[in-house]
Amino acid sequence: MEILQRLGTRMLERLSKLGQASIMWGMALWGLPRRGDFGLFVRQLYSIGVLSLVIIVLSAFSIGSVIALQFYTQLARFGAEDAVGMGLALVLLRELGPVVTGLLFAGRAGSAITAEIGLMKSTEQLSSMEMMGVDPLRRIVAPRLWAGLVALPLLTAIFNVVAIYGGMVVAVEWLGSDPGGFWSGMQDVVEVWDDLGKGTIKSVVFALVITWIAVFQGYDTEPTAEGIGRATTRTVVMSSVMVLALDFALTLGMYGDFK
Amino acid sequence: MIRMRTLEISVGAFVLAGALAFVVLMVQVSGVTFAQDQGSYRVYAKFSDVAGLRVRSKVSMAGVTIGRVTDIKVDTTYGEAEVEILIDGSTGPLPTDTGARILTEGIVGARYISLMPGADDELLADGDYIEDTQGALVLENLIGDFITRMGES
Repeated sequence: MEILQRLGTRMLERLSKLGQASIMWGMALWGLPRRGDFGLFVRQLYSIGVLSLVIIVLSAFSIGSVIALQFYTQLARFGAEDAVGMGLALVLLRELGPVVTGLLFAGRAGSAITAEIGLMKSTEQLSSMEMMGVDPLRRIVAPRLWAGLVALPLLTAIFNVVAIYGGMVVAVEWLGSDPGGFWSGMQDVVEVWDDLGKGTIKSVVFALVITWIAVFQGYDTEPTAEGIGRATTRTVVMSSVMVLALDFALTLGMYGDFK
Repeated sequence: MIRMRTLEISVGAFVLAGALAFVVLMVQVSGVTFAQDQGSYRVYAKFSDVAGLRVRSKVSMAGVTIGRVTDIKVDTTYGEAEVEILIDGSTGPLPTDTGARILTEGIVGARYISLMPGADDELLADGDYIEDTQGALVLENLIGDFITRMGES
């Protein structure tokens, strides 16, 4: 009986958290278009997007070259080295690009958002804003949500391009596979909507989820040093798990017909 | 003030780089050509079997890709597959006695349509049918034939 009761309380707590988060999210996204908000948005785009560029470009290059290396050695056994470009582009555009960028984004930008908002809360900047009649949802939360929504698809596209060129450096320049086969094989198979478009949809969904989790965790922290630490960890863990789980669901839903 | 400007410039550069990345992905990786191909036209061909052929499969002549399969339907009256082919404008018109075969790239590769040039003076117009067709060779049918013949002898 007691176990049941505890389970029920936990469940209700979780649900009310989810409800709070949804209300906050909806209100924040609703209330953007006002004068002067664009500057806030640009500032967030800088700290979320531009500052994530280095890690994105570096990991993209290594991931692209390592995929090309593995594909090349395996495909060379069948004499199908020309398929390296094709496989590389499909893997990146459909799965690895959005997912890896999402994970890196959760670690790099999501944690920063949570820590920042959490510190604002624990130093009572948020409540003093409210007292001054400034809506923190509009000033703090909304620019971050929008910036994440814009930044992650752009980062994903940059990731894909860098990774494909990284793969090309390995497969064509180093291992000496034929550049014509590399590019034309890729262009034959990759389709704008099916691969690029659906991959971009994935990254938009990931951006929504990651920024939502990050902002809410920051808003919901216990206002102590320990609490901020825990909230930051929770952001990274939750958004990484959500990205991977959602990726499976999205792949299943959008590409379908696997059976 | 100067710090603010470098921030805005870097954000602008970031957005530009992202947009550029999308363009590269579309043009270089997906192979989209923005210039609409002038004078491309559709022809149709009926095959007894198109197993393995897909929309966007290659259509080639003498090994050169000159078009794509744009649609595959089944014609239930005769139990044939009707394939719509888009021929690139740069190829120019084809004679009416052009033949079409479904072949396979390599042993396990993708199916494609190979067109064999004809010698007729009349040319295929948009919406015409290619008469001389040969469907895909289905391995199971070949093996089946082989086994029945083995049994007869």
